[in-house]
Amino acid sequence: MPNLIVSNQALALTGLLVLIALFVGWKEKLGIDKSIIIATIRCVVQLFVVGYVLRFVFRINNLFLTIALILIILFNAAYNAKGRSNGMEHALPISIIALGSSTLVVIAVLVFAGAIKFIPSQVVPITGMVASNSMVALGLCYRSMNSMFKDRRQQIIEKLALGADVKTSCSDIVRDSIKTGMQPTIDTAMTVGLVSLPGMMAGLIFAGVDPVKAIKYQIMVTFMLLGITAVSSIIACYMGYHSFYNKNDQLKNMN
Amino acid sequence: MAILETKNLCYSADGREIIKDINWSVDAGEIVTITGPSGSGKTTFVRLLADLLTPTSGEVIFEGKNVADLDPIEYRRKVSYAVQQPTLFGNTVKDNLEFPYQIRNKPFNKDHALKALQTVDLGDGDLDRTVDNLSGGERQRVALIRNIMFVPEVLILDEVTTGLDEKTKASVHKMINYINQRDHTTIIMITHDQDEIDHATELVTIVDGRLVKGDKDA
Repeated sequence: MPNLIVSNQALALTGLLVLIALFVGWKEKLGIDKSIIIATIRCVVQLFVVGYVLRFVFRINNLFLTIALILIILFNAAYNAKGRSNGMEHALPISIIALGSSTLVVIAVLVFAGAIKFIPSQVVPITGMVASNSMVALGLCYRSMNSMFKDRRQQIIEKLALGADVKTSCSDIVRDSIKTGMQPTIDTAMTVGLVSLPGMMAGLIFAGVDPVKAIKYQIMVTFMLLGITAVSSIIACYMGYHSFYNKNDQLKNMN
Repeated sequence: MAILETKNLCYSADGREIIKDINWSVDAGEIVTITGPSGSGKTTFVRLLADLLTPTSGEVIFEGKNVADLDPIEYRRKVSYAVQQPTLFGNTVKDNLEFPYQIRNKPFNKDHALKALQTVDLGDGDLDRTVDNLSGGERQRVALIRNIMFVPEVLILDEVTTGLDEKTKASVHKMINYINQRDHTTIIMITHDQDEIDHATELVTIVDGRLVKGDKDA
């Protein structure tokens, strides 16, 4: 597969594309020059580090090392999701539980179905895919819950005042937040193949796999992502709504 | 005997004392009117009574028991709180009247709902109307009925007649007097309406978080 090797020279030349982004930013006074430079450097450094780490992990093929790498990916994703929670209480443990359990479910299903093997070269990339989608879903769920608990504050107070329990008082918010968390994955599933040829499918086609076989993997990934965003959004929202109430079943003050 | 009372009730938020050492009580079956300048703490006071806020210090006592020791859901079903400019739930009037049944896991009683609509001068045909098509006065009355589908022991009304025309206001007063006389429900009513203040049987005023009693002529 000689056509899959990107030479350092070619890589450097594609780097010129970043200059176009920088030029546009400078010309239009967007004030994003610094961000572009930092993003570019981070991207290169992170990917090189990950490339070497993955090569090491794949070669060693050790169960504990694989699990450790999975845990690092999950913790990073949970930590980033927490960053989008706008100070919501217990966001980190909730994110860890949501990401951890949904990843566990997906990996278990895929391994038991024989779709993948529990070897680092298959489990680690799948975990990365799962965790990044879950992280985005959790971020959307948290943002949605935060804004809806502010906007619908009076309605919640009225429901509590009528004698509703905490869960009933915010059931519509929880439902809408789960929907918000899942929406990007659903939208992507709707347009997959029509608008974009997703990473996994494109990668396999690049590697010379028959496109008809490549789509099977993509279908599997799409199913997997629908499952993961559903499970993680449900866990995060059902655990998260408690953060908006105090121990006396009253709505907390929000800033 | 007092059905509801407060002992040394204080509440602070954001470093500001909003309710300052209020000692107050109301007997079962009474109608109490609360008034006072805007921002004096009236709504905070009744929300403390309705267990929607927790006192910073002091106690709210219901039928001799500290509200902090009671189950909040059961308590709020007995001491019901209605707000000014309420939000309506769902799509139709029926969705709103069904809500009190849903939270109690009981089947909806349509006959009872229709009777309740009549107490505030709404008709049978209003049950299936969409809430978006209701006027301000109708919305307020529908919201109020939610509070009395299961008649509470205490009904707290937070400026529910503000902005209503005279006819709608009269409907609300009729409903209040009806449940007070028929069910012996205690009514606690915040108002700025001079007519309601003039006709109050028991009037208390809250000024700067403190309660001033019996100043009907002040």
